[in-house]
Amino acid sequence: MAKRLMFEKPLGMRDTLPFFYNQKAKARKQLTDSILSYGYSFMDTPLMEYHETVGKVSATLDQQLFKLLDQQGHTLVLRPDMTAPIARVAASQLKNAEFPLRLAYDGPVFRAQQAEGGKPAQFEQVGTELIGDHSSYADAEVIALLVDSLKQAGLDDFVITIGHIGYVKAFFRDLLGEDTETMENLLQYLYRKNYVGYREAVKNLSIGEEKRQDLLQLLSLRGGEEIFEMSRSLARNQTCMQAVNELKQLYRFLKQYGVEKSVYFDLNLISHMDYYTGILFEGYAPNIGALLCNGGRYDKLLPSFQLNASATGFAIHLERLIEALNEQEDQDERVGIIVDDESFEKGMEQAKQLRKEGQQVLLQHKDQIPDVQAFKEQLAETYDVTVGGDMDE
Amino acid sequence: MSKPLTIAMPKGRIYEEAAELMEKAGYQLGADLDESRKLILEFPDQNIRVMMAKPMDVVTYVEYGAADIGIAGKDVLLEQDRDVYEVLDLKISPCYVAVAGLPDQPLSRIAPKIATKYPKVASDYFREQGEQIEIIPLNGSIELAPLIGLADRIVDIVSTGRTLKENGLVEYEKITDITSRLIVNPVSYRIKSKEIEEMVSKLSDVMEGKNA
Repeated sequence: MAKRLMFEKPLGMRDTLPFFYNQKAKARKQLTDSILSYGYSFMDTPLMEYHETVGKVSATLDQQLFKLLDQQGHTLVLRPDMTAPIARVAASQLKNAEFPLRLAYDGPVFRAQQAEGGKPAQFEQVGTELIGDHSSYADAEVIALLVDSLKQAGLDDFVITIGHIGYVKAFFRDLLGEDTETMENLLQYLYRKNYVGYREAVKNLSIGEEKRQDLLQLLSLRGGEEIFEMSRSLARNQTCMQAVNELKQLYRFLKQYGVEKSVYFDLNLISHMDYYTGILFEGYAPNIGALLCNGGRYDKLLPSFQLNASATGFAIHLERLIEALNEQEDQDERVGIIVDDESFEKGMEQAKQLRKEGQQVLLQHKDQIPDVQAFKEQLAETYDVTVGGDMDE
Repeated sequence: MSKPLTIAMPKGRIYEEAAELMEKAGYQLGADLDESRKLILEFPDQNIRVMMAKPMDVVTYVEYGAADIGIAGKDVLLEQDRDVYEVLDLKISPCYVAVAGLPDQPLSRIAPKIATKYPKVASDYFREQGEQIEIIPLNGSIELAPLIGLADRIVDIVSTGRTLKENGLVEYEKITDITSRLIVNPVSYRIKSKEIEEMVSKLSDVMEGKNA
């Protein structure tokens, strides 16, 4: 292997340069302000967790986990998401707190990438978890808050696609009975977004023609509220009906929140093979080729930490949000004061004064500036207090 | 007018058939474009932009969102396993992936070698068969490998079987059938769902007419 050059970084790791740092800080503030305004409390957890606890139950695939060993030889993971660590905290330190819990987070998560550029292995997520409320009010609150936060951050053009894994699974169970292998297979096709494979597999099933048509019909359950009728007529068992009712109720609440224009339903949406248990959603924006945010109801996670509670939440991929916002680089607001040996004290006084007024002030000795003109151009304003300078009185 | 729908079309073998299909569905993309050296062609009247890509790269353009839609062989989809929607089997350029080699030649008992353009497809297949093999990746003229003793078997696309025959090779097993698929970027699938839905339904109408 060739010797590494000194500037190289591990695959998928990126530096955050000042202008991008500023954009992130701005977007982060807008998102966290919205989340705070809904009464959520921010918290943080360690970057490292045990593989056998948080690593095992997280929604991230095992091959995407960054693993390392501690001094005793235990396998640790860099947290791949924030949901599992927060579930751990909710089920331990916070188990005696007043439920429902409204928690929020903002921090880096880590997911190893395949050998290819363009996908970060470390990225920042801003998100919420609403724990201990299994009603449609909670589902609606989380989605409404997501929409509000994105709008607050300045994003106008985006779509939140909502699905219901409970519906799909109950639907399959009804049509396929105990044939869990076929069920798993069909779910796998939907998860992999392979509709061609799904149709092929359905055609090759030895079930009645009517059931076959129903299975194919599932693919057309996409759109606005009109799909509720369709999905109701396809539904045969109680669990399916209940899922449709949940979706209808959710839609009604979203209308009351005034965010129904940003949502779209798709009952084929399967974000994860077996993590979500009810309503789930993904958000997309033009100009970025990948998922902007996602979330949903996960009722099986907290029980794996011995807390019997239902939960729902969302996570926004902050860097992708910035990409979607596609804003101009902000004007540099810094003010510079150029001094020399004689005017150092005078400059410093002036800097103190300006800093007190809340300005970002840098003090620079003239001898160390390679190009005074270029130095001045990068700043919002400069005061040259040296003898002969433009501010020399 | 909204931003044009960007379609990544495969250059070469599949292009003509793909363009013909698009034409039947009502999209006039011109069948002779393949001869031009231009890589991006605009059709403002239909709000479409076509980019000409190497077949192996179509899936990449679509996954990253550089193109909204693409036409790609199932062989490439199997090999690259990318995050795109596979919405329609266009049933064009049918062929299959097969294992071939010199006649009456059993697999070597120590570390059999397989030469292929499809390392993932080949290793998945042999793993399922319980065979431990070693892959030798090649980029073309795969048939050479068994002839000169580089590999025991090859895994490659077969359409007529002529190349195999002319080189004195025989087919051992068929791995899977291949046709071209319409693939869609996951974000475009949501954001431009109306235009894409329209194209998918027009194309599937053509497909059904063809099968009837």
